[in-house]
Amino acid sequence: MSIPTTTTTTTAARTPLHVTAEVLSVKKVGAYHHLTLVAPGIPERFRPGMFVAVSVGGEVAQSRLARRSFWIHRVKPVGGYGATIELVVEAVGVGTRWLTGLAPGARVEMTGPLGRPFALPQEPVACLLVGEGYAAAPLFPLAERLRERGCAVTLVVAGADEAHLLSALEARRSARAVTVVTADGSVGSRGRVADVLDEVLTRSGAEVVYAAAPLGTLHAVAVAAEAHGAWSQTAVEQPLTCGTGLCQGCAVPVVGEDGVARLVRACVDGPVFRGDRVRWVELIGEEP
Amino acid sequence: MTVTDPGAAAVELAGLTLANPVLVASGCGGTGRELAAYGPLADLGGFVTRSISLNARPGGPLPRIVETPSGLLHAVGMQNPGLDHFLATELPWLAQQGTRVVVSIVGGSLGEYAELARRLGRSPGVSAIEVNLSSPDAPGTGVFDVREPFHAASVVAAVHRDLPRGIPVLAKIRTDVVRVVESARGVLDAGADAVVVGNALPAAMPDGRPAGLSGPAVRPLALRCVTEVREQLPEAQLVGAGGIACADDVRSFLAAGAVAVQIGTALLHDPTAAARAVADLRGAP
Repeated sequence: MSIPTTTTTTTAARTPLHVTAEVLSVKKVGAYHHLTLVAPGIPERFRPGMFVAVSVGGEVAQSRLARRSFWIHRVKPVGGYGATIELVVEAVGVGTRWLTGLAPGARVEMTGPLGRPFALPQEPVACLLVGEGYAAAPLFPLAERLRERGCAVTLVVAGADEAHLLSALEARRSARAVTVVTADGSVGSRGRVADVLDEVLTRSGAEVVYAAAPLGTLHAVAVAAEAHGAWSQTAVEQPLTCGTGLCQGCAVPVVGEDGVARLVRACVDGPVFRGDRVRWVELIGEEP
Repeated sequence: MTVTDPGAAAVELAGLTLANPVLVASGCGGTGRELAAYGPLADLGGFVTRSISLNARPGGPLPRIVETPSGLLHAVGMQNPGLDHFLATELPWLAQQGTRVVVSIVGGSLGEYAELARRLGRSPGVSAIEVNLSSPDAPGTGVFDVREPFHAASVVAAVHRDLPRGIPVLAKIRTDVVRVVESARGVLDAGADAVVVGNALPAAMPDGRPAGLSGPAVRPLALRCVTEVREQLPEAQLVGAGGIACADDVRSFLAAGAVAVQIGTALLHDPTAAARAVADLRGAP
């Protein structure tokens, strides 16, 4: 049994870079901030599902050693600057508040693009993409890549409320159908992602499900995909200390291709894992 | 690059010539491959592996690493694939990187340390053995708990006895200012060729689990320990470690009497930190 997906790349293209990026703009969109940065070399190496690790700078530089990791939301060619990357940041702590408070022109030390990206199907099969909150960020460039390959894309975007929803409007460009779910029912249907999974899986006839969301939702997606005979690719978000594979701080319990249970690193062995390979109950610590 | 800072020149450590005095500290360079993505390991004075045990260790529960002001608290539990896997898949690659490979070892008993030394000593590509005698999260992990300086000395004696001649032993001891000189003297008398002064300090996670504290927070303590050992044991070869992040830090440890230094936690913050320190020591632009 082998997964009908492929990730072909050369070794050079896989090498991440450590660069000093420059902030082009910071825009508040709903509850999140969208940061656009010039990060030489990173856009060229980017594939959907990869992330960057940022060093906290400013007055707290050197006192905050852990890196802050963010999904790359978008890569855009911009005249005069070379390509830029866009990150979606929720200002919740010292690092993210510093980052979202930066002015255009500010310098940011970052490493990337990091991690194993989403594996793309070889055939133009129907795909379901499930994103929740800011974690939905990597699904937008993924939707574009899938559309380029002729895949019919169905999208589920979810969030606590409208402010915690990444733009479904934009998603309609690359998706055939979009379902919006909010916990408070302010937009779309009210409830949780898990409530709509069966229906969208049936309707879309998806053979591959891609998910980027909190762990509980990822687990629900992995279970639903398996029940529908679909492959799942889940982007696991863990607090990462280094983001580069050096520290072994971000253990994820999986079952390897050899059937052996082991702990791997979210940052370099993931962050995208096959949903049926992750030992969710152990990772989450309880049933969702 | 016409002016060469003496701080970047080759150094002699325990009979080995290192290209420069900057080594990667144990547990902070992954398997080496992850770090090599940012620059050749050959640019560094040496690479110390994460601590390898006889049998694979799965490591501890999450969270394993927590940020604390100017430092990191860590309780990784010495996750490693065990000696056989290391010899089969990691060492052959490391041995081809053109840098000095120092294998850090950790055991549950004196016999295990001896066995590790015996087998690593016969393996091509091993430049030196570093005996981890100061694991801060040792309690509860099944690792030989070095509480007293004589414990450290007995481990070094066991390793030294079973190691083929020509493979130097570095003993990594705890930076406890009160006992560091006694510890250093003990491991040197037991046959260590050099002493690594500095490791994470014993600390606790917010939830109370034993952990180690590393990073800039511990640097002044490590520097004090190097200074004390240098004064009391002027003949000893010392490697400084603890919160070293840049060329200026390296210079201060060399000035205090260390022959070489190890950079660890800084690499988690910036994977190019060690290479950058070497370049800055050289005065490269």
